Amino acid sequence: MATATQAPVATVDLGPAAALSCRECGTRFPLGPSFACLECFGPLEIAYDFDSYQAEQLRERIEAGPASIWRYAPLLPVPADVAGKPNLNPGWTPLVKADNLGRELGFTAQLHIKDDSGNPTHSFKDRVVACAIEAARAFGFTTLSCSSTGNLAGAVGAAAARAGFKSCVFIPHDLEQGKVVMAGVYGGELVGIEGNYDDVNRFCSELIGDPAGEGWGFVNVNLRPYYGEGSKTLAYEICEQLGWRLPEQIVIPIASGSQLTKIDKGLQELIRLGLVEDRPYRIFGAQAEGCSPVSAAFKAGHDVIRPVKPDTIAKSLAIGNPADGPYVLDIARRTGGAVEDVTDAEVVAAIKLLARTEGIFAETAGGVTVGVLKKLVETGQLDPAKETVAINTGDGLKTLDAVSDAGLTATIRPTLDSFRAAGLA
Amino acid sequence: MSASVRIPTILRTYTGGAAEVTAEGATLAAVIADLDASHPGIAARILDDAGKLRRFVNVYVNDDDVRFDQGLETEIKDGSSVSVIPAVAGGC
Repeated sequence: MATATQAPVATVDLGPAAALSCRECGTRFPLGPSFACLECFGPLEIAYDFDSYQAEQLRERIEAGPASIWRYAPLLPVPADVAGKPNLNPGWTPLVKADNLGRELGFTAQLHIKDDSGNPTHSFKDRVVACAIEAARAFGFTTLSCSSTGNLAGAVGAAAARAGFKSCVFIPHDLEQGKVVMAGVYGGELVGIEGNYDDVNRFCSELIGDPAGEGWGFVNVNLRPYYGEGSKTLAYEICEQLGWRLPEQIVIPIASGSQLTKIDKGLQELIRLGLVEDRPYRIFGAQAEGCSPVSAAFKAGHDVIRPVKPDTIAKSLAIGNPADGPYVLDIARRTGGAVEDVTDAEVVAAIKLLARTEGIFAETAGGVTVGVLKKLVETGQLDPAKETVAINTGDGLKTLDAVSDAGLTATIRPTLDSFRAAGLA
Repeated sequence: MSASVRIPTILRTYTGGAAEVTAEGATLAAVIADLDASHPGIAARILDDAGKLRRFVNVYVNDDDVRFDQGLETEIKDGSSVSVIPAVAGGC
């Protein structure tokens, strides 16, 4: 059996989810609040029963579904009536044709930004929490928790408030004010830990094995197999918004690597289900130089990650010991992609570039992604003649400090003379 | 040297349900060997066939990830605290 923090519930309705399966050794376990394989410590994933699906019927069912991630409920570990439950109903965010940015970067093919800042708490985290909360409901948890670099804490606080759970979330004590306020406003407990994210995560992993954490659903620890599946919806949406087509290249930020790994899983599922035509696609990962253990391993040709102590303004990506790092390396290599990193100065420049060209204000993680996109083109690693999607995972209002030099370009008296004198006429 | 070792839920079947046990040794490798002598089979869960720490296991000695120190050769002092934790947690 697996690491269970509460006895597995005999009959849970999580839709097409059939079992938990170890990604490393394939051992299967019953659905439950478990996350690591007893045989090898490997991560557990959801195994599905998709056998009854016919491609055409499934496509029609999805297209007739709600304008949220729940249109993909047949492909997620959630009950069929999920859309009627109290949930933040995230997703179906815009896929923006980024013609101006594409022109500036030298693209001859279409460049898109998947802008996930439009989710209810302004980051992609609402997708994963929405799935975790359905698992928490199914397993009878009453308190929701997480270790977070900020965005997740806000997403958990908000989702818990909507769904009627208690919440107690843990963050590094020195996060950006925007994220701290956003996480605290929903009324749950918000605990700052004196340490970095990896310290917070370690604390939560220990809390989960202690009686003090009994009855708690940690969305990214004991509910992690369910939580992670929410990121697949980015892949589904991108393909549906492209007219049920795979993009040729995707650039994705890396913190733990979970999102990138699940986007690849989502694309593979769409191929297997016959919803998109199978053709090669390349996946690229983006990190900040001050926290680039996956990029370093990729460039060195290693298949294991050496943890680092993060030092970057991209705090939402500041995970020095990324759990899914080895899988990111596998995917980047399998698809002919790459993992690259940019400096904090390049992150700031990229936030401004995206804002100036497309009117999208990204948080620092989005700056990392766009900065890496630019670098990949400039270094010939990414082909600007192929259709490309870059993912903006969060809203710039959460990381105002990064671009605090932006602001008033002039201050004048309320007179036309003053306006002319300032050279604005 | 005597160290207290925190056991994750996943391995408590080997320790009769105990969340914390004591083991002896001057290095982490020696502590794990002693742990296995008292709780047979537990070392094979923490170490792979080549005797290295498994890819998805994190071990901390006094709050420091041993991969920042000397790995299995990390020195254990009397009263050290060792934590074994599944690596696959957290996520963005």
